[in-house]
Amino acid sequence: IMMNIDQRPCESQRGGFSFENSRRNAMLEENLSKLGYSAPKARKTGTTIAGIMYKDGVILGADTRATDDMVVADKNCMKIHYIAPNIYCCGAGVAADAEITTQMMASNVELHSLSTGRPPMVVTVTRQLKQLLFRYQGHIGSSLIVGGVDATGTHLYSIYPHGSTDKLPYLTMGSGAAAAMSVFEDRYKPNMELKEAKTLVRDAIAAGIFCDLGSGSNVDLCVITKAGVEYLRGYDQPAQKGRKQGEYKYKPGTTAVLTKTVTPLSLDLVEEAVHLMDTK
Amino acid sequence: MAASVAVAGAQHLSSVSDLVPDWARQEVSTGTTIMAVEFDGGVVIGADSRTTTGAYIANRVTDKLTPIHDRIFCCRSGSAADTQAIADAVTYQLGFHSIELDEPPLVRTAANLFKEMCYRYREELMAGIIVAGWDKRRGGQVYTVPMGGMLVRQPVSVGGSGSSYVYGFVDSNYRSGMSKEECLRFVAEALTLAMERDGSSGGVARLAVITEEGLERRVILGNELPKSTI
Repeated sequence: IMMNIDQRPCESQRGGFSFENSRRNAMLEENLSKLGYSAPKARKTGTTIAGIMYKDGVILGADTRATDDMVVADKNCMKIHYIAPNIYCCGAGVAADAEITTQMMASNVELHSLSTGRPPMVVTVTRQLKQLLFRYQGHIGSSLIVGGVDATGTHLYSIYPHGSTDKLPYLTMGSGAAAAMSVFEDRYKPNMELKEAKTLVRDAIAAGIFCDLGSGSNVDLCVITKAGVEYLRGYDQPAQKGRKQGEYKYKPGTTAVLTKTVTPLSLDLVEEAVHLMDTK
Repeated sequence: MAASVAVAGAQHLSSVSDLVPDWARQEVSTGTTIMAVEFDGGVVIGADSRTTTGAYIANRVTDKLTPIHDRIFCCRSGSAADTQAIADAVTYQLGFHSIELDEPPLVRTAANLFKEMCYRYREELMAGIIVAGWDKRRGGQVYTVPMGGMLVRQPVSVGGSGSSYVYGFVDSNYRSGMSKEECLRFVAEALTLAMERDGSSGGVARLAVITEEGLERRVILGNELPKSTI
């Protein structure tokens, strides 16, 4: 089932990932850091993601901040990915890995479902994901929470980058997992009502947003039941941008003008273009 | 860890980002205490329920007693991903073999399948497994497949990081010819002692009894574990 991916010189590349250079990259990075430079880092989603099972199904939650080391790269990214009409997946870890892995799974699951003639099951998705991640021995850095309702019932799984899975009634992943888990451990009860469950997930993600540097912005929720899916993008915005308390402008004339020299520059206007910046 | 690329002189391959805490970068490991005992008519197996990523407990109610076939179980210790993958593969192979034979498989066959995989990929894997079950030919059997891929049958076997703390207890308290109830108490006590002392073991104690009649699973919660004198 498993081979040492670095030792297959005779087999030609059949597409897909190739981690042959990981060893060389590690050495390069070490040499570079000695000179004071650093290799570009993969964008991680910092992240707080969570999932719970409640009376009628599952609720998945996620924050919406994507970070590039210490800079926020995306203030409103979507971390709850579609896998099947009845199955959604939250992704943490390396943003690209989580995104591509879930897209691949969505495609495979649809093909599988057409082949079997049955609606997809959460265990199928989980098994395919764990086998993919195990094959790549943790090089695909995506931590996932898969949840859904299928013919056999309601299921919630967590999958780690190395390919191990846990099946539990409530789960959290990402850098803000500890903050979110503390909320769950305090207030989770089996078979909660929808309103109470949504508030609990929202509070858990909010704990991650406030107490973890890698998580921030809004709370996204996704409620999955037998009846269908309710994707609540931007369910809550706990971290609003602050409003300034007063006016800090100085009136024209506050600074005395001593001398004034005007030098006209003879320039021709060639092209004029206006780009508005989204500062919302 | 199986994930870190071992290059002579190079540092551990991890991002130095402050945003991702230390424990989030570590591989998931079943710290663990696992144990299995043979008795006349079956086996008693037991395990703790803690899975860790570094110092964070990823799952505090893990089930490390994994069914491989109707009367054969395995106790998993080491890397969670490796042992889950191996157990899934062996479950498939054994199920296929059993259908070909048209009879329930032998515990020794299951143990051999584990050994083949653990030995062949010994450099890449981190897995310590105890295979235990009942079959018609030899009754209750316990086979241990530690890291490296050895295979040996033992009347009683312990494994995982917590096992170091209970070798003395097991060696001095085990007697051959114990009854099912005595074995259950023996395993529960040994697990309790290990869980008390080993940081990577804890949670609840899961026990199972496998006999010809079938399977009986028990869970002993933290506050119900046998009390010790200290």
